[in-house]
Amino acid sequence: MTDLAIAIPPAPRPAHHTGRLIGWALLCLVLAWAWRGADMRPLDLFRDSGNMAQFAGDFFPPNFRDWRIYLSEMIVTVQIALWGTVLAVVCAVPLGVLSSANIVPAWVYQPVRRVMDACRAINEMVFAMLFIVAVGLGPFAGVLALWVHTTGILAKLFSEAVEAIDPRPVEGIRSTGASPLEEVIYGVIPQVLPLWISYSLYRFESNVRSASVVGMVGAGGIGVVLYEIIRGFQYADTCAVMIMIVVTVSLIDLISARIRKGLI
Amino acid sequence: MAIALEIRQLSKTFTPGQKALDNVNLRVDEGEMVVLLGASGSGKSTLLRHIAGFVCGDAGSGSVKVLDRYVQRDGKLARDVRALRTQIGFVFQQFNLVGRLPLTTNVLTGMLHRVPPWRSVFKWFTRDERQRCMAALAQVGIDKYAAQRASTLSGGQQQRAAIARTLVQEARLILADEPIASLDPAAARKVMDTLARINRELGTTVIVSLHQVDIAMRYCQRVVALHQGRVVYDGTPARLTPALLHDIYGPLATELIAHGAPEAQAAPQPALAH
Repeated sequence: MTDLAIAIPPAPRPAHHTGRLIGWALLCLVLAWAWRGADMRPLDLFRDSGNMAQFAGDFFPPNFRDWRIYLSEMIVTVQIALWGTVLAVVCAVPLGVLSSANIVPAWVYQPVRRVMDACRAINEMVFAMLFIVAVGLGPFAGVLALWVHTTGILAKLFSEAVEAIDPRPVEGIRSTGASPLEEVIYGVIPQVLPLWISYSLYRFESNVRSASVVGMVGAGGIGVVLYEIIRGFQYADTCAVMIMIVVTVSLIDLISARIRKGLI
Repeated sequence: MAIALEIRQLSKTFTPGQKALDNVNLRVDEGEMVVLLGASGSGKSTLLRHIAGFVCGDAGSGSVKVLDRYVQRDGKLARDVRALRTQIGFVFQQFNLVGRLPLTTNVLTGMLHRVPPWRSVFKWFTRDERQRCMAALAQVGIDKYAAQRASTLSGGQQQRAAIARTLVQEARLILADEPIASLDPAAARKVMDTLARINRELGTTVIVSLHQVDIAMRYCQRVVALHQGRVVYDGTPARLTPALLHDIYGPLATELIAHGAPEAQAAPQPALAH
């Protein structure tokens, strides 16, 4: 064995040590710089630990006295999320296809993508405040805010799924002389449907969370209640509302997991 | 006899200096069954994809005419290429069915060009159309799997479904690109038999690309051999002897002669069920 004369090639040198060190140093510098701006005071957590404990104690036991109001507002919140998501899905299907590079030419997908970027870049809270001016206080403003923001997100996720499809079945449909729309309906959508359903259900869950926040600016639902009781220092009530939100979101998570399993 | 396909001076260059198709001229009459023979990389697929109008030839080079209408000319697709594609059935090496759709829907896509758009958008097909689809599935012998997803079937069954799609399409020209290259010998024979019967009994023109000489000999009267994008032989398969193949292809000839032969022809095939 030993007489096999093989010239052993030198092992490849590990990636640049100096380069990596500079990278870490830069990261530390950026973190230090942001420390000042973010007003980081970790010691306060310990110095005022007595206050913190008292503050936490105020939350317990939770006060469910007004649970009927909380429940009905929670249901309104879910209803806002439901409509916001459904409208967004309906819009995101065509817009997602129109922002896919493998389906439409650049002069179509580039402008559509930029509009979707704008919808996504602006938080639903901001949209909610704008829509309150347009349609008045209440849940409808929340629906509109979620609709616009979620359309931007889903269109992007949908188009990413479309860009990852297998092109061969689409060519099979094309070979029959089908129209471009038929190529999408028969060749593309069946391939991406499981992913699209997953994304939509996931966005519904996130929208229930978001809907409870947009309420804080006056767009209806449990957020309005939450805002009022926090401002009124009613921490036991706040705790009750928070528990209800957690339970609702968990329930929706369980149900959507079940639906996802059944549909795919 | 009417002309099914007429190709004039078609060339195609993918990478500069290397011609995938080199001044191809070809004429196929209606009702013919032609084998396009060649080693891998000889330009068979490229030629078929040009005929179906998936790819354009080089600018200023030649033309492709199917059933007396231009598919492409001077490196540009005809405006009405989609209308012309309805006359051309394409069978792919990898079947190209939509895996998550049931066999019936896959086959029904063949008749989308006859279904008004307001119905096709909702996948709404009439009873007659579904019946036509079932008849086609029965003709290729896989009607009992009609409700299954295409992805659950074997390669041979999927390929026959792809042929059923060209049947409901009522294509007058079927292009089959290495339809049996991914199949085992028994499935390969069924697919080739089905194509031969469609040619014989419906008079559909069939052009099928293969890389096995013995199968070509068994199924057709005319072989067009390609090498480096050029037509190097056009005639009966009988004259295409191993010696001639070695002359044309050199060492590549073994790929065409040696392997992949389905077992010898068995009993005569039953007629195409109607």
